[in-house]
Amino acid sequence: MNMAIRVFLLLLIIFSSMYPTLCIYEDQVGHMDWHQQYIGKVKHAVFHTQKAARKRVVVSTEENVVASLDLRRGEIFWRHVLGPKDVIDALDIALGKYVITLSSGGTILRAWNLPDGQMMWESTLSGSTPSMSLLSIPTNLKIGKDDVVFVYGSGCLYAVASIDGEVIWKKELTSEGVHIQQLIYPDGTDIIYAVGLAGLAQFDAYQINVKTGELLKHSSMVFPAGFSGDLSFITSDIAVTLDSTGSILVAVHFQDGEISFHQTQVSELGWDFSGPAVLLLTKLPGMFALEINKSIVFIKVTNEGKLEVVDKLGQSTAVSESLNLSEGQQAFGLIQRGDGKIILSVKLGSDWTSNLLQETIQMDYQRGNAHKVFINTYVRTDRSNGFRALIVMEDHSLFLLQQGEIVWSREDGLASITDVMASELPVEKDGVSVAKVEHNLFEWLKGHLLKLKGTLMIATPDDVAAIQKLRLQSSEKSKMTRDHNGFRKLLIVLTRAGKLFALHTGDGRIVWSLFLDSLRKSETCQNPRGLSLHQWQDPHHHVLDENPSVLVVGRCDHSTDSPGVLSVVDTYTGQERNHLGPTHSITRVIPLPFTDSAEQRLHLLLDVNRQAHLYPRTTEALDIFQRELGNIYWYSADVDKGILKGHAVQNNCILKIADSYCFNTRDLWSIILPSESEKIIATATRNLNEAVHTQAKVTSDQEVMYKYISKNLLFLATVAPKAVGPIGSVTPEESWLVVYVIDTVTGRILHRMTHHGSQGPVQAVFSENWVVYHYFNLKAHRYEMSVIEIYDQSRSDNKDILKLLLGKHNLTSPITAYSRPEVIAKSQSYFFTHSVKTLAVTSTAKGITSKQLLLGTIGDQVLALDKRFLDPRRTVNPTQAEKEEGIIPLTDSLPIIPQSYVTHALKVEGLRGIATVPAKLESTTLVFAYGVDLFFTRLAPSRTYDSLTEDFSYALLLITIAALVIAIFVTWIWSEKKELQEKWR
Amino acid sequence: MDKGKAVMGSGRRWAVEFTDNSTSPSSRDIPDPPGFTRGAHGQDESTVSKQKKDAEANWKAQKAWEVAQAPFKNLLMMGFMMWMSGSTVHLFSIGITFSALWQPINALRGVGKVFEPYKDNKVDLLAPKLAFIALNLVGLGLGVWKLNTLGLLPTHVSDWVSSLPPAQEVEFSGGGIPLH
Repeated sequence: MNMAIRVFLLLLIIFSSMYPTLCIYEDQVGHMDWHQQYIGKVKHAVFHTQKAARKRVVVSTEENVVASLDLRRGEIFWRHVLGPKDVIDALDIALGKYVITLSSGGTILRAWNLPDGQMMWESTLSGSTPSMSLLSIPTNLKIGKDDVVFVYGSGCLYAVASIDGEVIWKKELTSEGVHIQQLIYPDGTDIIYAVGLAGLAQFDAYQINVKTGELLKHSSMVFPAGFSGDLSFITSDIAVTLDSTGSILVAVHFQDGEISFHQTQVSELGWDFSGPAVLLLTKLPGMFALEINKSIVFIKVTNEGKLEVVDKLGQSTAVSESLNLSEGQQAFGLIQRGDGKIILSVKLGSDWTSNLLQETIQMDYQRGNAHKVFINTYVRTDRSNGFRALIVMEDHSLFLLQQGEIVWSREDGLASITDVMASELPVEKDGVSVAKVEHNLFEWLKGHLLKLKGTLMIATPDDVAAIQKLRLQSSEKSKMTRDHNGFRKLLIVLTRAGKLFALHTGDGRIVWSLFLDSLRKSETCQNPRGLSLHQWQDPHHHVLDENPSVLVVGRCDHSTDSPGVLSVVDTYTGQERNHLGPTHSITRVIPLPFTDSAEQRLHLLLDVNRQAHLYPRTTEALDIFQRELGNIYWYSADVDKGILKGHAVQNNCILKIADSYCFNTRDLWSIILPSESEKIIATATRNLNEAVHTQAKVTSDQEVMYKYISKNLLFLATVAPKAVGPIGSVTPEESWLVVYVIDTVTGRILHRMTHHGSQGPVQAVFSENWVVYHYFNLKAHRYEMSVIEIYDQSRSDNKDILKLLLGKHNLTSPITAYSRPEVIAKSQSYFFTHSVKTLAVTSTAKGITSKQLLLGTIGDQVLALDKRFLDPRRTVNPTQAEKEEGIIPLTDSLPIIPQSYVTHALKVEGLRGIATVPAKLESTTLVFAYGVDLFFTRLAPSRTYDSLTEDFSYALLLITIAALVIAIFVTWIWSEKKELQEKWR
Repeated sequence: MDKGKAVMGSGRRWAVEFTDNSTSPSSRDIPDPPGFTRGAHGQDESTVSKQKKDAEANWKAQKAWEVAQAPFKNLLMMGFMMWMSGSTVHLFSIGITFSALWQPINALRGVGKVFEPYKDNKVDLLAPKLAFIALNLVGLGLGVWKLNTLGLLPTHVSDWVSSLPPAQEVEFSGGGIPLH
């Protein structure tokens, strides 16, 4: 009995020392997670350097971010991420203290306080017709007492008070379909010019009184040959454009309402220009730029209206807008690409031949060409003008150059991740030097002593700080080798710019980056785009000396039939191993469940003509594929037509050039959804790498339910065509959501269910034998989440224990979908408070650990929700046995436990996706959430039952053991002595 | 130290045994004195010794039966403890169940030893032994039954299939909405 109590106490101590990791303590933040903030590719930048204690640059980006950056170090002072549809059209600074942004197609005007980024006011400028949005902030104009901002958006011109955002006057300029392209306000006058084109054949100029908004004069002139569309403004009264053929340059003078055209043939400009010209939208003093024949031509407009070619530069040149210098002169910056370097030159508008500044800066080839440059001036100590330049590179990174050096750089390409893939790190090599170990041992002991102090609450504040520092900067977590628990990995990410990055999971640093040549703009590939990443080679057993690699699939243009590009990248070194393309178009990439002898995974790439191409192109792969040919199927979901089709791979294609790696496919089955009542809005499939531990689910009464586990299941959600729009656009009566679970081999619908009065957007996740999806219930005015679990009834008669004991059952023999197993589906729905941006599920190495759903909430946080809450077997009053099994009493809504926010207090701005990667430790899964920000952490859905936490005090344990051993010896000696004394008595 | 203990324990330094009941002369080093016949002495005292032996045998048989019935008390106590420990799996119930299993097994292993002191030509030990074994088997059965009520015996289908990996699929299908 005593013994039992002792054992019980011991176990109690052990269990209580293992913490639950569902929630973390404040000092654990940053211990196993990291968070990185980005802004995206910069579109506009405005410097704020004069009379400012902290010099800054305000930028707006393609990720709809407005941010203020520290000009000294490039850190973010403040940042606001606008919604995905709230695209920023223009950005400027008004009154020297407000940042004005115009967004959402010129309908929303906002002012942000420059020092702290608080929003000062917001005006909604309603208009009828979509148009260009323009923002013009005159430096010194007051209407009444207010400084004004001129905004053109949705076909209307507004004068808005910059102090409070009130509209002073509004003038509609949509008559005759004129598209205004520029607002011109000559300083000190009372007239603002709005200039644009009507129907690509007429030039229009409006003169409007700035005080009242009264239209003073409207002049227009028809150009019979037609314009190409864009106007380039040279001075306040001259614009240049091209005719519709792109061969004639038209200079338009529109002074005082008098319009005149001056035509010049492009070929007459002196240089032997051939081919159509494209006007580049530049704002250069007295100059404009044309792109002809893959080179950029700068043309000066003289006072008499004559055109004069000044220079011809390569295509990869970036030009800044003009910058006013103090003496009434204007300067602009140019970035040219050299070999491994870039050349920044700043020139005066009046003088092309000489440079105010020319600097050569070393620039990594992996950055690509310069896309944008913004220049700013400062006064040097010798009173001359110095220049700093902010440049945006092809990989979306941002640099500040000053005095021939890179002051800072930002990797803002990481704000637009499109795909993520995890890769292992190299195995640790043997032969660590002794000195290193000793040092480590000493450090280890010191660290543990500090921790012990912390545990015993005798640590001074300095010690506490040291403990915290030790925790955060543990060298262990950022090593470049594989660890025992599989926490250290590489995250290979593909960005929208087509650049690959490898991030270390320990601290989030960039291990290598590669701007693939195949995803760079080239003659054969005009608008290359990275589509997806796939595991190409993942050596495990016999080919461990090979490095793992990933397959990057890209496309040359936006249309689906444009040629595709492929490249294979080594994940250890970050070198491109080989590449292919431009080749056939790529519409689908199917990783097959087979690998060749070098553990290269076989991939089937489908093109627009529904021909399947096998990769890798080796005879061995072909042999494997031919052997399995009869069992390989694929399906296509046509969202527009509402057709789901199943196909089988047949025989070799008949092409002009024989290609044994190309296969024809034939149709097997099709499901045609009625187009008047159903439209596909979401699909979900299981992750192919997901590990499932068991096929049986044991219920509380020792009964078994067999899960229907198939990799070929598809979850499909359709809504009424009317209900495709935003929530609230339809009544509950005319809206419904239909969900299907379909076997994609046979086209059999395993389950179909209709949610009346519900609509999208639908987010779904498929794992093991269940699907969880999130949608909006219009009747209840709440979001809902539903779960469907599928069980195999045909196996449930395996009840003879003797047979199971002897292994005489067919539960593990291969099954075919054509046997049409009888399945049942169980389903349940719950209310959920949040709207959800994305859904994911945790994945572990063996699939034993229970699962958690990861919800990307509208507040850009990641919330973990136990799968047990979404269990169709939940009832209002579960029996005692069911409670023991872990069934939670049914409630109508799912709880949101504040401690289960994975991102704790942080936000992953612009959250787009969550990727989960299993660690080697079964209890743990790695979670990577990406959007504009990146966040990484590790989760243990059932707590870390298979390891001690890192906080576990080994020193305390060792000291306890040592103390006990000493105590044993002391008491032994003591008893010996006592006994001896007894004997002598 | 052992030596000292032994001396202290016996409480005396030396002793002489005057009675000699041994029957065989070979057991002694010293030959019998002349005129002393061991057989005649035995015949004289035969009735006395026979009575004595019978009494001893009776006593032994009685004792053997007592020993054989000992597990019964144990059984009752075990049953009570099991009833107290409940049917859920926790440290206490597992401890009791395993001791309930261990005790009979241990006892069965030592059947011979338990009845060693009562071994006699005249005593029939078979019946007590059988009773002892039967009672212990009942105790073992009780332990197994307890194990089963705790759900620790693999008597359900779920115990055999709960770790079966999912069956392999013959077909493979992939694809979906075109990449965009």
